[in-house]
Amino acid sequence: MTAQHARTHSIDVSSILRDQKKTDEPNEPCIKVENLNLFYAQKQALHDVSMEMHKKKVTAYIGPSGCGKSTLLRCINRMNDLVDNVTIEGKILLDNENIYDKTVNVAALRRRVGMVFQKPNPFPKSIFENVTYGLRIQGINDKRILEETVESALRGAALWDEVKDRLNDNALGLSGGQQQRLVIARAIAIEPEVLLLDEPASALDPISTLKIEELINELKEKYTIVIVTHNMQQAARVSDYTAFMFMGELIEMGTTSELFTNPRKQQTEDYITGRYG
Amino acid sequence: MDNSKIGQHISGQFNKELEDVRNKVLTMGGLVEQQIELAVTAFTTGDVEMAELVIKQDNQVDALEMAIDQECMQILALRQPAAFDLRLLIAVIKVINELERVGDMAERIAEMAIQLSNADSNKHDQYYELEHMAELVQEMLHGALDVFARMNIEDVTAITGLDENVDREYGSIIRQLITKMMEDPRNITRMLNVLWVARSLERIGDHACNVCEHLIYMVKGEDVRHLTQEELERKMKE
Repeated sequence: MTAQHARTHSIDVSSILRDQKKTDEPNEPCIKVENLNLFYAQKQALHDVSMEMHKKKVTAYIGPSGCGKSTLLRCINRMNDLVDNVTIEGKILLDNENIYDKTVNVAALRRRVGMVFQKPNPFPKSIFENVTYGLRIQGINDKRILEETVESALRGAALWDEVKDRLNDNALGLSGGQQQRLVIARAIAIEPEVLLLDEPASALDPISTLKIEELINELKEKYTIVIVTHNMQQAARVSDYTAFMFMGELIEMGTTSELFTNPRKQQTEDYITGRYG
Repeated sequence: MDNSKIGQHISGQFNKELEDVRNKVLTMGGLVEQQIELAVTAFTTGDVEMAELVIKQDNQVDALEMAIDQECMQILALRQPAAFDLRLLIAVIKVINELERVGDMAERIAEMAIQLSNADSNKHDQYYELEHMAELVQEMLHGALDVFARMNIEDVTAITGLDENVDREYGSIIRQLITKMMEDPRNITRMLNVLWVARSLERIGDHACNVCEHLIYMVKGEDVRHLTQEELERKMKE
């Protein structure tokens, strides 16, 4: 073998090394939170929170109970508007448009920003009716469109194979994990841009939890996802970015791999390693 | 970051497991230090019994390496550690690998001591140059273990800086050996043995540097491998 031969046949590792750095790429922001303050009556629940959530990435909020992570999540589709005595200052920009602007139609906003809660909450109707509910209230009744949507949404939620033969059965007959995936199917049937998941797997068994996590990984191909979770390993497994919140403040936000291996703030370090706060 | 960092988990059992790993690593380090000390003395004095002890000790070092690896793997699987805890365990797994290699080097020096003492019994006083080199690498390894015990990397570049002195000593020993070999070819076998010892000591210095790099990663979370001494010093000042 000559040196020339060796050079042309040498193994190229640059692509492997490049792949490793992929998560560091800058991404397009989808949601921007700017100086957000939120008060429940006199009590301030969010203190001057600013952050960016990237398009088609998963952002996880972690932090102890009462740190404001669910409150912040609910701000993104204005769910807090339904709570009495709430005052919200600051801005949340969805595709550069302030969702707290007076001209914003809240129902339209919630079509763009779907939400799934901790406890699966299917309607006491058939599986088919659950998935098509969002379309029907938009006035879409074309049977062909509804059927297509049901199949694609249930496939999207990795539930189609399990329920395709019993679409007219009552949704409450499904298992907890299936119900949760049905609720996700209902949320994606109206093709939102953003999915908010508030502890989507905390009421599920480990296998159903893994299915939901796998689903999140697939859903981020199409949607921007924000997830609140108490399970730090879950945040580490499913998210691209992680935000650590404490007492209503955003303490630190960064790529998940960086935050879990080398956090910059002592408070983050103490929380994720399970030390006294 | 001080070593009390290990002991503040809400889970007392986790504290205990990490503390246990740390103590085992320090024990292993102490054992390896002793091995070098004894191996070098055995070589310079021709004490075969001492050399045999070093070879026996290596089994203990190997057993400790496997036990610590096992414990680290258990903690990784059962506790899913993050941040400093994770870096601590990764660093430990790498550090004990370095220590085990140092133990092998000491074993090799001990074997050379036995061979040399079989060949001739009264020329051991000629190896005092090796003693100085041995002192240097022992200082490096001791410093590195001290960094691990205190989990304080402030003075770490002073330790890695010694490696240049070790390399210089190694170079000068080689030159002397070559001269002696040319003077009298009957020296060659013996000088090659001395060369192996010098080479082993030089490697111990490198392993001590590697330990320091793993410890910097543990404390700072920054991968500083494959940097020159100057680059490392600059990085540590950042």
